[in-house]
Amino acid sequence: MTASSTLRAVLKQPSGVVGVALVVAHVTMALVAPMIVPHNPTLQSAGAILQAPSWTHPFGTDRLGRDLLSRALLGGREAMLIATLSTVAAMLWGAMLGLFVALQGGRTDAYVMRIVDAMVSIPWVLMVMIFVAALGVGARALIPVLGFSYGLSVVYIARAAALDFVARDFVLAAQARGERRVTILWREILPNVRDTLAVQGAMQWSWILLGISSLSFLGLGVAPPAPDWGLMIADGRGIMQAAPWTVLWPMAMLSSLIVGVNLAADAIAKALGVDRTFGVAAP
Amino acid sequence: MRLLSVAGLTLARAAGPVGRPVVVDAGVVLGPAQTLGIAGESGCGKSTLLLALMGIVKPGLRVAAGQVWLDGTDILSAPAEDQRRLRGPVVALVPQSAALSLTPTMRIGAQLAEALAVHGRLAPAARPARVQDLLARVRLPDPARIGHRYPHELSGGQMQRVAIAMALACKPRLLLLDEPTSGLDASTQSGILDLLDTLRRETGMAMVCVSHDIGVLARLTARIAVMYAGRIVEDRPVGAFLRHPAHPYARALLASVPRIAALVLPLSIPGRPPAPGSVEQGCAFVPRCVRSGADCVTVPAFRDVASGGRVACHAPDEGPLILPAARTGATGAVRGDGVLIVRDLMVRYGKAGPLARLVGRPAPPAVVDGVSFTLAKGEILGRVGESGSGKSTILRAVAGLWPRSAGVVTLAGSGELAAQTVQRDRRALQRVQVVFQNPDASLNPRQSVREILAQPLRLYFNATPAEVERQGRDLLADVRLDPSYLDGRPGQLSGGERQRVALARAFAARPDVILCDEVTSALDVSVQASVLSLIRALCRTRGTACLFVAHDLAVVAALCDRVAVLHMGRIAEEGPATLICTAPRHAYTRSLIEIAQRNAAFGEDPEPLPS
Repeated sequence: MTASSTLRAVLKQPSGVVGVALVVAHVTMALVAPMIVPHNPTLQSAGAILQAPSWTHPFGTDRLGRDLLSRALLGGREAMLIATLSTVAAMLWGAMLGLFVALQGGRTDAYVMRIVDAMVSIPWVLMVMIFVAALGVGARALIPVLGFSYGLSVVYIARAAALDFVARDFVLAAQARGERRVTILWREILPNVRDTLAVQGAMQWSWILLGISSLSFLGLGVAPPAPDWGLMIADGRGIMQAAPWTVLWPMAMLSSLIVGVNLAADAIAKALGVDRTFGVAAP
Repeated sequence: MRLLSVAGLTLARAAGPVGRPVVVDAGVVLGPAQTLGIAGESGCGKSTLLLALMGIVKPGLRVAAGQVWLDGTDILSAPAEDQRRLRGPVVALVPQSAALSLTPTMRIGAQLAEALAVHGRLAPAARPARVQDLLARVRLPDPARIGHRYPHELSGGQMQRVAIAMALACKPRLLLLDEPTSGLDASTQSGILDLLDTLRRETGMAMVCVSHDIGVLARLTARIAVMYAGRIVEDRPVGAFLRHPAHPYARALLASVPRIAALVLPLSIPGRPPAPGSVEQGCAFVPRCVRSGADCVTVPAFRDVASGGRVACHAPDEGPLILPAARTGATGAVRGDGVLIVRDLMVRYGKAGPLARLVGRPAPPAVVDGVSFTLAKGEILGRVGESGSGKSTILRAVAGLWPRSAGVVTLAGSGELAAQTVQRDRRALQRVQVVFQNPDASLNPRQSVREILAQPLRLYFNATPAEVERQGRDLLADVRLDPSYLDGRPGQLSGGERQRVALARAFAARPDVILCDEVTSALDVSVQASVLSLIRALCRTRGTACLFVAHDLAVVAALCDRVAVLHMGRIAEEGPATLICTAPRHAYTRSLIEIAQRNAAFGEDPEPLPS
């Protein structure tokens, strides 16, 4: 299936249209926001603390008098960038290892997978805390940890998807020809599991984004005073009842993006004929 | 009184563009205790028609016209409850694959008792005795106890017997059989056919049997209907049909069946059947027909044939069936220098673990034991045996895909071959190529034919894209496919075309030895004939030696110069094909030949074997 025919099949489904529209809107916003924001997102204003939405501040201001519209528009940029890089890392190593052990089978498969099982049992928040303690908050600590821990679930999925094909005769035929293992993985197996991995990548991205926002909320993710949805929610949590707009906008932004990615991924899965129940939940 | 009467039955696709229906204008009349066989190749609509006879329309299809009257009821329009009442006591089905139709988690006795309970005819207390009686009727060993077994504890033939017992549970007056012996070994198949014949005589039930194998129908039924592209094209008494088939398709189909008595390559039918869903314009067989004329733009009506039955053709041929002359004497086999020499090959599945060795448990038995043979340059060596005889294991061990426990495989010019492909050098790999049984599985569905053919060319000859393009075209021409197929994917090709692509891929490596593992067993008989002649032509023109493994002695004997018969992992007998088939020495070979003769006893009378 070509990219354009896949897109057409995605846009035939109502949920696909909504999902793709939400994702496109968010990505566009993240790209153009620095050029259109009305105020400096980190500029504190003692005279404009906790203002309700008005014409000057359409989304209101927070407890330091910062403009919430500007902060909400910019608040996804860093998290989305980190999520993208972490997803690429997770998919690369997870898929490579998963496909490799599936083809290798036997003892290699058994040993590697038991190690992966053991790794999965370590809570990833604990790993983040260790890395943050060593490297400080921000992308430098988050990308390796998230890329590693989310990559573990990719190993399972890539392996399971590839196992369907390693026993087929075309892989045996390639072995009989004497093809190298890399060639077999790249030419024979990868094209068959590509769709499953693509859908899985989209899901991973949304889980990682949610993970980053949770970390920022806990003070382990994006460093203040940078605008970030997770940070903004943490910031407004205590005054939520007096000034609900402080948490409302970042929550709306974050959830619309996550819902959008999930709807789009579901529609892509349906268009490609990938079984989405296959995907395991986030660690 | 008619038991079954089908008139003008047309089953069309429920959705999608209007095209050729799956079954067109089918008419069948069957009285009590009569038998009918429906023959045809895959996709001709025979199984769809069979299921419609018991009121089942396959999902995605609808009844466009016609009725099926079963015991006075129009079963296709009858309410579900009436249909249900007819199934069991009036009509019963033995489905295609017994292994799939039995519930794996239920003991077979319990499954049979359930079949008895559905119609509530028998008191629960009387059921065990009846189950035992049924198991005895289908000649299962130890009927008193075998009912306690699970389906996986039975052999393929035994499962088929259980499926037959289940269909017989309510004493049907009409038994429908869908490919009752496909997937079974020749001797098992023979036993099932004998059983069905005996049961029919004992019970006096009528029978409709669908099979791609005319030999099966010839043994089981008194009449044969041939289907092509959804239509019944010929409906004849079996004797008249086998001697004087009238429809050009039926004649070509019979000529494409390999016969053990002839030892020559059967004739193939050029072209391919119309694509499903294409629009019907006149007789569907015209593009492949040798007798087509101006009349054939209209759909032919049935006409009577002098020797009995009727045929739907504008220009039927009523002469006797002309078959290729039998091969006689020496085969002209090339007995040059040996190119592949196998000595004392032994293969075990698995090995005893350290613990098992410690307690002195013996190693698992050998599947292949002490097998030696020499393949000469340009020679086609056949290897025939039933399932479990180790024939495919030998091939895989030679190819380096299965570790051998003992023995030496030597390739002239490359020395001794390592046990595994990963230990072999590129030159040795290039000189031995494998073609697998099922092209659906051996071709990657995500690759185009160009990519498939490019792999050996790149791997062994570092071919550039331009060379791949040029050689790919040449290879397709060699296997008689159009160059436009280079851009196709396996899913767009027919089964026969896929196997041609697989052959082209193997020959792309310019091998000295080609190993063919049951390469025609997944194909229709007319397609099989064309693939066999293609293999012969490719090997002869290129001087490639071929090891051809198959379960069907008639196929092996037709293609090969020499034949080795495998029995329980050992070579029972080996010699020139003509000699093996006319003067077998081993009792096992003799039994294989007798079965093959009985299964394909048409066109001429089998000559008795000299004893």
